[in-house]
Amino acid sequence: MNLALPALVPALPALGAAATLAVGKRVPGLARPLAIVPVAVSAVLALVVAIQLGSGQSLDVATRLTPTGGPDIALAFHLDGYSSLISVLVGLVATCVQVYSTAYLKDDPRYPSYAALVSLFTAAMFLVVYSGDLIVLLVGWEIMGICSYFLIGHHWETQDARSASLKAFLVTKLGDVPFLFGIFLLGADAGSFRIEDVLRAAADGQLGHPTLTALLLLAGVAGKSAQFPLHTWLPDAMAGPTPVSALIHAATMVAAGIYLVARLLPVFLLSGAALVVLAVMAAVTMIGSALCALAQDDLKRVLAYSTVGQLGYMAGALASGDREASVFHLVSHGAFKALLFLAAGVVIHAAHTNSISVMSRMPGLRKRVPDAYWTMGIALVALVGLPPFSGFFSKEAVLTAAEHAANGEALTNGVGPASAVPQAAGWIVLISAGLTALLTAAYATRMFLVAFHSPATAGAPATAVAAGAAGAGVSVPTAAGSSDHEAGAPYSPEVDEADPATAEPPAMRWPLWVLAVPTVGFGVAGLRSDWLPALLDGGSLRPSAVTAVTGTGLAVVGILLAYGAWRSATARLGAGQPAPAAAGRVPEQAGSPAAEVIAADPGRALLGPLFDPARHGFGVDRLYGALFVRPVAAAARLVRFLDREVVETYVRGSGVGANLLGRAVRLAQTGNAQTYLSALLAGVVLLVVLVAV
Amino acid sequence: MHLAYPAVLAALLFSVGVYGVLARRNVILVLMSVELMLNAVNLNLVAFDVWLRDSLHAGQALTLFTITIAAAEIGLGLAVVLLLFRARGTADIDKVTTLGDPAESTVDIEEAPVGAEALKGRAAA
Repeated sequence: MNLALPALVPALPALGAAATLAVGKRVPGLARPLAIVPVAVSAVLALVVAIQLGSGQSLDVATRLTPTGGPDIALAFHLDGYSSLISVLVGLVATCVQVYSTAYLKDDPRYPSYAALVSLFTAAMFLVVYSGDLIVLLVGWEIMGICSYFLIGHHWETQDARSASLKAFLVTKLGDVPFLFGIFLLGADAGSFRIEDVLRAAADGQLGHPTLTALLLLAGVAGKSAQFPLHTWLPDAMAGPTPVSALIHAATMVAAGIYLVARLLPVFLLSGAALVVLAVMAAVTMIGSALCALAQDDLKRVLAYSTVGQLGYMAGALASGDREASVFHLVSHGAFKALLFLAAGVVIHAAHTNSISVMSRMPGLRKRVPDAYWTMGIALVALVGLPPFSGFFSKEAVLTAAEHAANGEALTNGVGPASAVPQAAGWIVLISAGLTALLTAAYATRMFLVAFHSPATAGAPATAVAAGAAGAGVSVPTAAGSSDHEAGAPYSPEVDEADPATAEPPAMRWPLWVLAVPTVGFGVAGLRSDWLPALLDGGSLRPSAVTAVTGTGLAVVGILLAYGAWRSATARLGAGQPAPAAAGRVPEQAGSPAAEVIAADPGRALLGPLFDPARHGFGVDRLYGALFVRPVAAAARLVRFLDREVVETYVRGSGVGANLLGRAVRLAQTGNAQTYLSALLAGVVLLVVLVAV
Repeated sequence: MHLAYPAVLAALLFSVGVYGVLARRNVILVLMSVELMLNAVNLNLVAFDVWLRDSLHAGQALTLFTITIAAAEIGLGLAVVLLLFRARGTADIDKVTTLGDPAESTVDIEEAPVGAEALKGRAAA
């Protein structure tokens, strides 16, 4: 294969980013082509590379970058089925997002820098996927982190965007520090940072501290892929523009952690303890985030928590030792979650609000955005995991992997011995994944029904805002939309991006349908063992009968539960009685009680007393605030006090002391010559006495 | 003659001179006390010259020099005193402290421009 092709894939978007930054401000007409074309070309190149490589092959090329004295750092490519598959996904989603952004951020004055950052981000993700060297991979990993920081803070005028971007940066960096040490440990044990050398060392049993290494790496993975202890940044990251959420926080960047574990799975298989930790992490993440998603009022936050949960599925598959299932779910999730976010962007664009309870009072919202309505429906069905959509097959692959691991016959597909996976990990993942399937179905149904299907008459007895919405026909006053979103939510709707006249410009409509194709059809790729599995490790991705029936049954039960709760909530609302728990919530939502009371929210009935904690993310943020933020702030205040009051006192004291000394010396300068002479004589006498004695 | 007589005389003269320099107020008397001290030294020089039987008589020669320089010094000193008296109308050494730097002079310096402006204003009036 011509090596220029894989080299161009990460290089083109990086060059495009530089060019966009350089000329985008001066020649606005060039910004859009410079943003789209390099990304699209490298997407095509990624596809060409994947086809040329073929299935079952792998390619390793390396050129030494710099001698370090220790293990060398090499500019290395490692191409195999995994990197081919994920690079195609990255190219597809990035191109869709760039096209979509041209319409979504049409009037944004900072569009050039935004597009450049998205291109740079794409380049970094390609670098991570293609890299065969851990240090080079880390470079891409960190570039993604900084791009994510800038893009979340795109609307830096708002306090929420600023603090969200800072939070995302700090939390992911908190994970990256142990990650760096994990890489060092791997490099020291294996004598090389090349991934193939590391894997060979793992196979030969040369790694001295597999559990420590795996746990250190897991910290970085938890930060990047938003797993339980470090997941809090992802819901807040929704302060960024919606296409960024689609690209970074759903399809690609958060997948980097999963991809890394899949790449280094032999290292993790050496340590049963690390796999159990990963399984527990995934289980807590899955169930907690699904409960949170069921209670969120904000469309994008529902999707963000859903992303966290689906990443938990992937981590669970990895904990079960089956990286095929994990990457299968990664790719299908990447497609349908990007689709969900882009469709949500269209809806938010049209509705001028993020809040689904406000959307529920807009008559005819689904008729204004038919494409977004249908594609979002398709993607939600894929998320729930009903056959024959892609989510069904990939989720079943995860469940099957967990089932096999629980039976002690993990589907490691030759990566390691099946006995390397503890059965406990399999059970943890299997049970939590089943529960999450139920919850996922419930929150997806709730979101769809509340946002699009609430009866428009429900708003009639309520408020002037709703009446104004009905009177305005198609558009709601922007002020009403922006004041009605959930109080305390860490961002505001993107008012500057809203243009009611053009709810669905073509540049925003076509990416939806392009992404809908893999959402519907990709799952079939896992059925035949000579298609997708041959590209990966060669195992089977077919769902097994038991898990397929159980998983689908749980999903159907979840849908029915949510539908039933929604029906009864709607009926109560129609009868003029707010939901029983609503009265207790009014004081807390004092800013916008109307939005809370009149929405028929099945989540409240389903979650019961858990609703309030779930809406606030089970207080994890508050806990971190008490555990980390406040002590750090107090320490900063202490340092400030020490600097201001102690160190500066010495500095000021030296000046004051010199002044006082000078004043004392001046006292002796009386001007009387006889006094001087007397002092002189006394000094002479003193000296004489001293010398004589 | 025993050396003790001129030595004691010289010590007494010197002591009287020191007392005069440190205690008298009149500048003229201070100058005269300085002369007393110088002459006590001269007496010592001559006495020790004799006592040591110096063939070159260096002590006596040095005394001649001292007398000459003392004459010049007293001329300068009296001139200074004369000018001081003309300028200040006094020859009292306690009153001549202008070159001193008393502690409260910071206040004086800060107030000085005000006084200068007041003077200028008076001159203009």
